[in-house]
Amino acid sequence: MSLNSRIPSGPLDQKWSTAKKEMKLVNPANKRKHTVIVVGTGLAGASASASLGEMGYNVLSFAFQDSPRRAHSIAAQGGINAAKNYQNDGDSVYRLFYDTIKGGDFRAREANVYRLAEISANIIDQCTAQGVPFAREYGGTLANRSFGGAQVSRTFYARGQTGQQLLLGAYSALSKQIAVGTVKQFSRTEMLELIVVDGRARGIVTRDLVSGKIQSHLADAVVLATGGYGNAFYLSTNAKGSNATAAWRAHRKGAFFANPCYTQIHPTCIPKSGDYQSKLTLMSESLRNDGRIWVPKKKGDTRSPDQIPEAERDYYLERVYPSYGNLAPRDVSSRQAKYRCDEGLGVGPSGLGVYLDFSEAIGRLGQKVIAERYGNLFDMYEKITGENPYQVPMRIYPAVHYAMGGLWVDYELMSNLPGLFVLGEANFSDHGANRLGASALMQGLGDGYFVAPYTVSNYLAQGGRVKVDAGAAAVKDAEKEATGRAEKLLAVKGKRTVDSFHRELGNVMWENVGMARSAESLNKALKRIPEIRDEFWKNVSVPGTGAELNQELEKAGRVADFLEFAELLAWDALQRNESCGGHFRVEYQTPDGEALRNDADYAYVAAWEWKGEGKRQELNKEPLVFENIHLATRSYK
Amino acid sequence: MSVATKTVTAPPSFSRVGVLWASTVGKKALMALTGILLSLFVLGHLLGNLQLYFGRDSTGAYLINKYAEFLHHNKPLLYGTRTVLLVAVLIHVIAAFQLQLGKGAARPVEYHQKESVNSTVSSRYMFWTGVVIFFFVIYHLLQLTLGVVNVPGFREGDVFHNVTVGLRTGVAPLFYVVGMIGLGLHLRHGLYSTFQSLGAGNPAVSQWALKWAAVVATVIALVNLSFPLAVLAGLVKG
Amino acid sequence: MKLTLDIWRQKGASDAGRFETYTVEANEHMSFLEMLDVLNQELIGSGKEPVAFDSDCREGICGMCGFVVNGVPHGPVDNTTICQTHMRHFHDGERLRLEPWRAAAFPVLKDLVVDRSAFDRIIQAGGFISVRTGSAVDSNAMLVEKNKSDRAMTNAACIGCGACVASCPNAAAALFTGAKIAHLGLLPQGQPERTDRALNMVAQMGKEGFGHCTTIGECEANCPAHIKLEAIAQMNGDFLRAVFAKREESAGGGAG
Ligand SMILES: Cc1cc2nc3c(=O)[nH]c(=O)nc-3n(C[C@H](O)[C@H](O)[C@H](O)COP(=O)(O)OP(=O)(O)OC[C@H]3O[C@@H](n4cnc5c(N)ncnc54)[C@H](O)[C@@H]3O)c2cc1C
Ligand code: HEM
Ligand code: FES
Repeated sequence: MSLNSRIPSGPLDQKWSTAKKEMKLVNPANKRKHTVIVVGTGLAGASASASLGEMGYNVLSFAFQDSPRRAHSIAAQGGINAAKNYQNDGDSVYRLFYDTIKGGDFRAREANVYRLAEISANIIDQCTAQGVPFAREYGGTLANRSFGGAQVSRTFYARGQTGQQLLLGAYSALSKQIAVGTVKQFSRTEMLELIVVDGRARGIVTRDLVSGKIQSHLADAVVLATGGYGNAFYLSTNAKGSNATAAWRAHRKGAFFANPCYTQIHPTCIPKSGDYQSKLTLMSESLRNDGRIWVPKKKGDTRSPDQIPEAERDYYLERVYPSYGNLAPRDVSSRQAKYRCDEGLGVGPSGLGVYLDFSEAIGRLGQKVIAERYGNLFDMYEKITGENPYQVPMRIYPAVHYAMGGLWVDYELMSNLPGLFVLGEANFSDHGANRLGASALMQGLGDGYFVAPYTVSNYLAQGGRVKVDAGAAAVKDAEKEATGRAEKLLAVKGKRTVDSFHRELGNVMWENVGMARSAESLNKALKRIPEIRDEFWKNVSVPGTGAELNQELEKAGRVADFLEFAELLAWDALQRNESCGGHFRVEYQTPDGEALRNDADYAYVAAWEWKGEGKRQELNKEPLVFENIHLATRSYK
Repeated sequence: MSVATKTVTAPPSFSRVGVLWASTVGKKALMALTGILLSLFVLGHLLGNLQLYFGRDSTGAYLINKYAEFLHHNKPLLYGTRTVLLVAVLIHVIAAFQLQLGKGAARPVEYHQKESVNSTVSSRYMFWTGVVIFFFVIYHLLQLTLGVVNVPGFREGDVFHNVTVGLRTGVAPLFYVVGMIGLGLHLRHGLYSTFQSLGAGNPAVSQWALKWAAVVATVIALVNLSFPLAVLAGLVKG
Repeated sequence: MKLTLDIWRQKGASDAGRFETYTVEANEHMSFLEMLDVLNQELIGSGKEPVAFDSDCREGICGMCGFVVNGVPHGPVDNTTICQTHMRHFHDGERLRLEPWRAAAFPVLKDLVVDRSAFDRIIQAGGFISVRTGSAVDSNAMLVEKNKSDRAMTNAACIGCGACVASCPNAAAALFTGAKIAHLGLLPQGQPERTDRALNMVAQMGKEGFGHCTTIGECEANCPAHIKLEAIAQMNGDFLRAVFAKREESAGGGAG
């Protein structure tokens, strides 16, 4: 199947205006006759629902949490980028575009990224108008900080709770539309299937997580904004409920899954403390602005950090990357931490940790300034570890954080399945092989506020769809699939808990498909994953029934999908014989251990097509054409 | 689970007091206003009573009796004040009862175990100290205004006699002690909370109010208590 | 460390509940919820129903978790959600009672899980600034005093967990509602709708069946987001001003 990315022709900086000019509009009187389903109330979903509702469409909004306000976006700490150039430090739309493309290791589409940079400024204005309390200067203007890998200060923030504030802004806009009646909210409701009629996405099947009722909802378009799949690794910085189910179910119904191997490992997370660990906590990378990362120079140095003299410390990021130092991009920093720990220089009880030290900054700026900048993060660190980071350096270690891959979408954020739009972290569109800090929030809101309203309208305006009958075969089949799967899970009545399988999968993924991948490790994973999956379906224990609030059943469904998805992730990683961004293949590195890209053979998007149960997915390639940017080796030295 | 949709509407245009009464916030504001009024009365009443300690004037009349006569002399003022106080008490008490019922309805199933992390006894028992005040006031009126209980040989207009006899008769001391502890606790929190209820929550104001409410409440309770104690101790006698 | 847990078990919204006692082996580095995960794994292993409790971010920000431990919402650590409470704050042999939030407006759905959609409806009644997507002016065209903006942020930090209601002897939602009213009311953007917001949100709070505020202060002490009682005063003030503010009836034009 050929992939049409529908990128408008013309110069880069005119593409989006050209596209908007050519888009069809829906007659205002007809808008309310169109139903749009939006799954997800994170930044992408809530902003899309609010905007579409405001335009007059009849929107059905879904989230598995008990309130739209609790979507995983709420946890984002550091900030959101925008090319406002309020700091007069030479920022511009082009520079944001370029940084994002380069940060993504030249594996993203130029046109999408440029559009994102273009609309970034509008996002900030929209949020400010909604009452998002961004940090301000004494003069009353908005403040900025610089954030991982950027040489300009273009990151807007609200203390260490930027995601929370942006999401609450979008949630408030959504709430208003719920009150007005254009959006109907379904919380504690999980999407289990996509309904495809005549090759178009026409609805979803959901389970009410309180009553257990399985039900279908029909619409003219379906928008998935269901977040990323980081929890395939079990331990990640994602919320416990984050899952790949919606995307995976859509994939099985024909939507292509793009670049699943691009997974971001974040360098500054609190190390794991034991086997019971249920998730990992991110310490915002804004900390790297003032914290210095080091390990002892001597192996097995058990002295407490304050006893180790300067001369015996290795500030390895400053040493290896003199110009970026502690602000080197995430993938680079993560890998360097792994190298140190592999060399046996790691700190902490497990040896899997490096120091993030604020003593120099506290000495220079005073504890008060540091507390002002990072107080809540320091508190969080202390709550979790019981150690006071004002006195002892933090211990950090990389953890799975973000999914650059996702469902394939074209320029209009529509998947190859007509009528299925995918926004936010759930799509693959803007971050290539590695995402820069503070760019996910920008993308989620950009997609939801400023892209989808145009492109979904454009799709709806082309009309011609007949009403789907609730009794249609495709609808009933999808309902049966969802019901059948739940029944099947409950019927296994095996011996092992859902969590034990998820943990086992996570271990296999982290060890073999994590920060450093090789053909050997990937093959190992590809052998193990199906075995775990087989055992899961033979030996999982899901207590209770389907007709009640049953958290084990919820988890079981998600883990079942991760067990399928993880195999695709590993397979994609095995096929990509190069290192780029978050995908690091040990076979492909420079002599000094840096990623070695292969632009001649791999400058493409890998879009995987479901071919049926038990069959390998088929690879469809979308070549990445760089008309404006010269492909360079990403160097942060 | 769908969340029911509600339309955003401008408030219904019934009377503004009605809007106040219909909400817990408004009701609390009315309680605060009536509470202030009642507190002013309590203060005035206390200042007047201080004359108990000043004995007789040059004509040989007890100051407190003259004061009472003065108050009773101006009938419109007397009945006006009584009406205002009665209305204030009614509003205050009815609101208190309604809020208390609402509170019960808001938590139909009690906790099996509930700790107070950071709150005063006076704040948690406002209703019950109010009830104490209520019964105290009834007793007080029956005793010293109407002379129906516990004032052997009640003499209309001779406040000094009624007080010095009444305050040491029967259960009177008990009523006064319990009543004034109730009043003290009620005011200790009430005088602070009024600020909050009327919208003045600036931390500086709150801290100030918290401190001074305690001081004023203690002073009021102690001075009021001093009357029965002085009588019992025989410091004031007819 | 070994702990004895008395946990509220309730099958569904309309079932009667009761406490059941369990023992669990924990270690001090676990979070409280990880300790319950361990218990649940054991329960499932022995063919019993695991304890249902809500959580998602487990970082203290989403507001999904929350129940009462030994009579204190979110447990013994001040201003900390239960997901962020670690077992090092407990000692070996301790007995803990776990109860769901109790309020008429938060019906129990199962075990420790309650329905907090009443909070959503309070926000829907006015917890927003109406600004159509794309109609905003440049952010710096509207200057906001830093101090006010910081205070707005302090109030906006509410995570909507419901601990304020749970801890309030009157089951009031004043801190939650006040935080939103204060957040928006402190910003210039929030002024045009300030009157309606206060009236409608307070009215909704009543409709949902929350109790009244007596300025007891338990909410403030239990709030994981450090929201202060000042927020409630701001709500009260805005509401009273709104009631007495002169309002011209507008001819149509749509509300909100
Ligand atoms: C700890 C942390 C910190 C971060 N900090 C930053 C930062 O500082 N800056 C930055 O730019 N990015 C940051 N990110 C990344 C960013 O937060 C996310 O990528 C982004 O918020 C994703 O938004 P989203 O709307 O796509 O999805 P989400 O916010 O994940 O929302 C997913 C939604 O889909 C719903 N959903 C999912 N599956 C289903 C289903 N099957 N049925 C029904 N509903 C479903 C969920 O209920 C939820 O509402 C951070 C991420 C983490 C984990
Ligand atoms: C001398 C008489 C009284 C005085 C001076 C007085 C004063 C006050 C004051 C100042 C308040 C604070 C209002 C606020 O929180 O905003 C208050 C509250 C209260 N009063 Fe009184 N009061 C008196 C009698 C009563 C009586 C007779 C009752 C009834 C039973 C009562 C019940 C209450 C209750 C329940 C509250 C708390 C309201 C709440 O926050 O829930 N009071 N009072
Ligand atoms: S689980 Fe998110 S706040 Fe506790």
